[in-house]
Amino acid sequence: MKSALPVVVVVVVIIALWYGGAAWLNSPWVHDQAARAGHEVSLPDLLVATMQQDRPVLPAPHQVIAGLYDGITGQAISSKRSLVYHAWVTLSGTVFGFVIGTVLGIALAVGIVHNKAMDLSVMPWAIASQMIPIIAIAPMLAVVMNSLGAQPIVTKAIISAYLSFFPVVVGMVKGLRSPDQMQLDLLRTYNASANTTLWSLRLPASVPYLFTSLKVGIAAALVGAIVGELNQAAGIGARLLSGSYYGQTVQIWATLFMAATMAAVLVMAIERIEGVTLRRMGMAR
Amino acid sequence: MKDTTQNAGPVIEARGVGLTFETGDGPVHALKDVTLTISKGEFVSFIGPSGCGKTTFLRAIAALEVPSEGHLTVNGMTPDQARRSRAYGYVFQAAGLFPWRTIAGNIRLPLEIMGFSRAEQVERVHNVLQLVDLEGFGKKFPWQLSGGMQQRASIARALAFDAHLLLMDEPFGALDEIVRDHLNEELLKLWARTGKTIGFVTHSIPEAVYLSTRIVVMSPRPGRITDVIESPLPRERPLDIRDSKAFIDVAHRVREGLRAGRSDEE
Repeated sequence: MKSALPVVVVVVVIIALWYGGAAWLNSPWVHDQAARAGHEVSLPDLLVATMQQDRPVLPAPHQVIAGLYDGITGQAISSKRSLVYHAWVTLSGTVFGFVIGTVLGIALAVGIVHNKAMDLSVMPWAIASQMIPIIAIAPMLAVVMNSLGAQPIVTKAIISAYLSFFPVVVGMVKGLRSPDQMQLDLLRTYNASANTTLWSLRLPASVPYLFTSLKVGIAAALVGAIVGELNQAAGIGARLLSGSYYGQTVQIWATLFMAATMAAVLVMAIERIEGVTLRRMGMAR
Repeated sequence: MKDTTQNAGPVIEARGVGLTFETGDGPVHALKDVTLTISKGEFVSFIGPSGCGKTTFLRAIAALEVPSEGHLTVNGMTPDQARRSRAYGYVFQAAGLFPWRTIAGNIRLPLEIMGFSRAEQVERVHNVLQLVDLEGFGKKFPWQLSGGMQQRASIARALAFDAHLLLMDEPFGALDEIVRDHLNEELLKLWARTGKTIGFVTHSIPEAVYLSTRIVVMSPRPGRITDVIESPLPRERPLDIRDSKAFIDVAHRVREGLRAGRSDEE
């Protein structure tokens, strides 16, 4: 529990700064309103007014929490206003894309390690592919997928896979190449084939590297799904965009918090699986 | 497994074996003109300073390196054929156990690759764990064992599939003196019990003299054999034979051989 105190102190400082920032950024509007009505605003009234606006420039923490609470518990789960509904839509796209990206990444890594031609040709393309901004591709991809008659989740999954396969390729290539010369020599003395070496040595040795990549990959997949939803009807991305259109800053912030919570939960879930797996494999640190 | 080594015929035959590494700084003559015959059941030690080619020669026998010249056969076949017919077990300097497998799992590794049946695997693992005195440790992971025990497990792994030739590259080098003495004794008992042919690389003169029937002294630049000593010591050797005169004489001769090798290059 001694590690809780620093965390609590930091959180308190952040909230204090946030309230201060909210008061400062929301006050011009209060001054404008007061000037138009023709009367002065005292400081205590000013502070209270900046914390209760409908469309604040910077929502205060309690407003965000209220928005979050309302979005999660105050709406029917299937309604368009429910954060749970939107989170679920995003989550399904994320996980679908993440699985595809991981499988693709592992397959590419195995190919790169075993085939010289792939080693020289695939990596540059994989790196180059990550340079293209997703925001530019997402609308094009959505149009193409729509014309093919695919469900909106497919567009999201493709973007998620696109963003999450790269960390998996990089991590797995390192992991598959991690066994040292002595272990490889050992398998040579047994006259083991490349396939046997892959399954008995390279793949198990790469598991720690895989999990590291998965943690990066799932966060990237979530971002990909959100970006993919920007032009769609449902999901965290859609909600963010509609909040932006209608100036609903509290809605935007509440949705952002929901996305952040999702990311934290997903990464923690992978960490849990990693812990269990490594312990069972005798490789727990 | 059937005894594929004929009663006659040497296990290892080397004639004029040479091995040159082409490096950025010019050719390195790791081995030059090595001629040696090792018969079935012998315990041959290779001793010499760093760079004398002893490990390179062992690896050439194991087909992990290819000689640039000369003639080398193992069991009458080329080293690579012998490797493919799984004729030998190799013990490296470090235990090299896979951390994600239990000790039993590690010993099962060659058995799985070579296609032994499940029942045979279990039986062989049990027998070989008994042989190296690690009974009951089958379910542990390597990190739970000490360095000496891990090395014993590595030896067990090399013994599991009944190869008649055992190649050991400084297997006890990383261990302390007391564990080393104990393992030396265990190795001799194992050798007496199984009758295998053993090629053993070491840095330590007492170890070489204690364990072998024949000691090959090598020296570097270029890697070559300086002396081959037939050990007069009896096969049954308690540890205190190391204080006997015969032992000290052999050790002296080994030391002379090493010194001669060094003065050659000066």
